[in-house]
Amino acid sequence: MTPALGIRNLYVRYGRTDVVQDVSISVEQGESYALVGESGSGKSTILRAAVGMVSDWRGEIEIDGTPRSSMAQADFARHCQMVFQDPYGSLHPRRTVDATLSEPLKIHNIGDRDHRVVEMMRSVGLNPRYRFRFPHQLSGGQRQRVAIARALMLDPKLLLLDEPTSALDVSVQAEILNLLVRLREERGLTYVFVTHALPVVSFLCDRLGVLHKGQLVEEAGVDKLRAGAFDEPYARELFAASLGAGDRVRHAV
Amino acid sequence: MTMHDWLTDDAPASRFQASAGQAWAITRAFGRNPLAVLGAVIIGALVFVSIFAPWLAPYSPVGQNLGARLLPPSSEYWLGTDELGRDIYSRILYGARITLLIVVMVALISAPLGLIIGAVAGYFGGWVDRTLMALTDVFLSLPKLIMALAFVAALGAGLQNAIIAIAVTAWPAYARIARAETLTFRNAEFIAAVRLQGASHLRVIAVHVVPLCLSSTIIRVTLDMAGIILTAAGLGFLGLGAQPPLPEWGAMISRGRSFILDQWWVATMPGFAIIIVSLGFCFLGDGLRDVLDPKQRDGR
Repeated sequence: MTPALGIRNLYVRYGRTDVVQDVSISVEQGESYALVGESGSGKSTILRAAVGMVSDWRGEIEIDGTPRSSMAQADFARHCQMVFQDPYGSLHPRRTVDATLSEPLKIHNIGDRDHRVVEMMRSVGLNPRYRFRFPHQLSGGQRQRVAIARALMLDPKLLLLDEPTSALDVSVQAEILNLLVRLREERGLTYVFVTHALPVVSFLCDRLGVLHKGQLVEEAGVDKLRAGAFDEPYARELFAASLGAGDRVRHAV
Repeated sequence: MTMHDWLTDDAPASRFQASAGQAWAITRAFGRNPLAVLGAVIIGALVFVSIFAPWLAPYSPVGQNLGARLLPPSSEYWLGTDELGRDIYSRILYGARITLLIVVMVALISAPLGLIIGAVAGYFGGWVDRTLMALTDVFLSLPKLIMALAFVAALGAGLQNAIIAIAVTAWPAYARIARAETLTFRNAEFIAAVRLQGASHLRVIAVHVVPLCLSSTIIRVTLDMAGIILTAAGLGFLGLGAQPPLPEWGAMISRGRSFILDQWWVATMPGFAIIIVSLGFCFLGDGLRDVLDPKQRDGR
């Protein structure tokens, strides 16, 4: 079976330094894969290279077996979409929820917009009464639901999520994570999830790759994460640090 | 359900209701600013007078009556008469048409031009930006009236050429504004998101970038209207704008210059008209600034 996202020997360059070095990842259809690492480890950059927001990269990126470079933008849009970290910056401030969700349908000349928009709002748990609200009239969690709905409007199979919950407060994080789990089951989605929160990974993902200074230092199944039995010292360090953070959160609650 | 409930419903049932509700919110916010309303009333009056000048004016704007030269304001000639015995009140009413024509035409030509150039430059960046902005700077570095003068001199005197000349000198400011606005969000994720959905550059600029620059450009254009009127009046004053006997306000002031000490009303009355209309546009522009941003509107 062709992988949903295949990355081979990827190098990404910002200015004069390679922020991603020789990374190879293969994400199967229907799998949920996490890229973890501290800030600046290059995890978001890999996603940005995959969707074409970063242009200075070498290597191979394939979506459903087709090289990224030979895919037209419109064709790519139907295969792969991205959810951004900050729901405050990823929604157009002057467009209503309705306009934001209708836009992909308009671009791809898909009819029956009213019905599809309302249907999608229901499916991400947004009350259709918010349809004509502007982003500033919504809460952070509601905005992120809009962003997820927008990514799903074209019915892509591969969803790239760039820390979709880290800008939200803890209770809302849980809601969004549950929503992502449900959507994946309902629609058979493939997730590539970028995060630095390991508890999120164990909740949502099947497999993870640990990035350190632009290099993939370890790939492991989620059972290994739950047991904390990483092979690489850096991965163990990251695990220990996140455990501490998790304890702090638990104490705070 | 009353009309008011329908307009202020926080969960509109259709796109039409949503946009009607928004228009209502804008009107309400606008109505709360007395100066803005005053501006709107002045501009409304200008439009009204322009349309109904033939019915409002007691005399012909060009008909001469040499027996009634340079009469002071009276019950017969409300604002007096000029050196050819023409009623100044009637001429000002007809002159409103010319002023409105100039202002609207200049805005229609220069604002979209500046907006598109600025948005394209800001969105693409790189050499596109450098080329377009170099061009803009060339235009921006010359004083407006001087450049308009040069254009009119090259194209020939007349109302039409004056409009073209003013439009050519007015767009660089809008291009600069639109570019600056575009730069603030060209790397924003909502722009990246529409690109990811397969939108072409043209669509991103037209549907997502330009509307964000629109309100600041509209405001700037309204504020510039006063300047446009003054430039047009300046060209008229120098004899390069509207040609006699057209009752253009600037040209009227120019004619009245010879009598300014003894027959003050000949130059002063059209001057008042220019000031009032310029002020009206300024007030309107200030009011629009507060109203056009939905975020600010809700804050009140």
